[in-house]
Amino acid sequence: MIEATGLSKRYGATLAVDDLSFTVPPGQVTGFLGPNGSGKSTTMRMILGLDAPTSGVVTVNGKRYAEYRRPLFEVGALLEAKAMHGGRSAYNHLRCLALSNGIGRARVDRVLDQVGLGSVARQRSGGFSLGMGQRLGIAAALLGDPKVLMFDEPVNGLDPEGVLWIRNLVRSLAAEGRTVFLSSHLMSEMSITADRLIIIGRGRLITETTVADLLKRGSGNFVRVRSPQGDALATLLEAQGAVVVRQADDTLRITGATSDAVGELARANGVTLQELSVQQASLEQTFMELTRDSVDYQAAGGDELARAGS
Amino acid sequence: MEAIASPQSSRKPLSAFADILRSELCKLRTVRSTYWTLFAAVTFNLALAALLAIFIPGQLSAHEKATFDSTRVSLGGIHLSQIAFGVLGVLVITSEYTTGMIRATLSAVPQRRLMLATKVIVFTVTALIVGTFSSFAAYFVFQACLSENSLRSSISDPGVLRALIGGGLFLTVLGLLGLGLGAIIRASAGSIAAVFGLLFVPEILVQLLPTSWKSTIGPYVPMQAGSAIFSVRPEADALGPWTGFGVFCLYAAVALALGFVLINRRDA
Repeated sequence: MIEATGLSKRYGATLAVDDLSFTVPPGQVTGFLGPNGSGKSTTMRMILGLDAPTSGVVTVNGKRYAEYRRPLFEVGALLEAKAMHGGRSAYNHLRCLALSNGIGRARVDRVLDQVGLGSVARQRSGGFSLGMGQRLGIAAALLGDPKVLMFDEPVNGLDPEGVLWIRNLVRSLAAEGRTVFLSSHLMSEMSITADRLIIIGRGRLITETTVADLLKRGSGNFVRVRSPQGDALATLLEAQGAVVVRQADDTLRITGATSDAVGELARANGVTLQELSVQQASLEQTFMELTRDSVDYQAAGGDELARAGS
Repeated sequence: MEAIASPQSSRKPLSAFADILRSELCKLRTVRSTYWTLFAAVTFNLALAALLAIFIPGQLSAHEKATFDSTRVSLGGIHLSQIAFGVLGVLVITSEYTTGMIRATLSAVPQRRLMLATKVIVFTVTALIVGTFSSFAAYFVFQACLSENSLRSSISDPGVLRALIGGGLFLTVLGLLGLGLGAIIRASAGSIAAVFGLLFVPEILVQLLPTSWKSTIGPYVPMQAGSAIFSVRPEADALGPWTGFGVFCLYAAVALALGFVLINRRDA
């Protein structure tokens, strides 16, 4: 359990984190979502006591991080930037960290195997790819078998296989009853991995919600249909009270009718369907709508992109 | 979940301290820069001792031979090996910041001053062992390579043993000055520049002062004060060996104290 209360961080004139309060409960994956520069990493550094909050308090399992004598048993963290000396081998990197908390060699070997670095354990981490570096960071986080895990942008720069591995790891850690806190600027990734979402923009809390709720909230869900008899189908659907918009690519964008209903109606009237799909990619769109006002560096026409997001 | 070593509750604070010490020793032992700098330091000390023993005697006048400080000259390599010790002292702390390792370190040991204290201890012990060894080794190499018997000294002569131990002490405290400045500056290049700026620049500036000032301030500049401990026949206005060493320690202590204050005040 991570609890932040009124957390703020000021760097000179800019307020990186602004009166942020949230709770990360155990047994779930909580996604920490926001555009680049919205204060996610700063918040995570404050949780670990690396940066001191300008005001406010954050605790992990009821205690401030600095109060822990052997914190690796409580919290494991993967930070965004590489936090290792490139001249040290993977094994020695973990061994040095493990020693500080009284963790033995067997556990170091165990986590190296767990993240798939067993065969390169004696190589210097400076030569590691981004993905291997991430794996080593995760191995460090797992050293103390902690109840709370924090990963800052873990899938950044990973290949598809690595992304899948992280996804499964994160889910299994939460299934074991641990608190998992995961940051990302990609809604699509979060919608697959996270149960709960904490969405921030410009250092402020926008919403604390669940993925399911956010999906329901999404205003842009629709059914997409492609048919050679599109006009006939549109007339039939409109007669049933659905709203049909003809798209530029000759498809129909239907709201107010389920895909089941559209399919039935087409069959009953002998309409050929070449495509029938539910478009629910609106999480991304909902996220962009939520954070539109708080994106720091918005490209010209960004609003248009956000609306056309699906 | 798999069961591993029990966490804090069952452990005593002393064992926590010992664990952090082990961790810092592990860090020092597992990077190449440690071996390179220490190897360079020992090599400088021994090679210079041999070269000086071979080439110096032929160039000395009778008067110079009479006042020859055999011990001090045998430790001439210190002028080079001090660079290696200063660099190592700096790197012990700045490599944490430049690589980002500091974030992993402080996530494992949030008690920052305790972490810095264990770094100081691990470095001090290592530097004392290597520094003292290389001083004694340089002395014996010098004596062995010396062609003229009249210039030889014995380790039982007054001040010789103190000067040899002093060589190790000087190198260690110089490294600690580097560690302190490294903790303040946190960047490797800047810290190394600061250490050697502090050692060499005042030394040069003092030469520009009027004689009366030079003899008053001169002995207190870091290099002058520090080298008293490894001289057997000190220059006229030099501080006593232990007084000079005390002054030298003071410079390192101020840098370290500032490092200890700042490490808790700044974001990592």
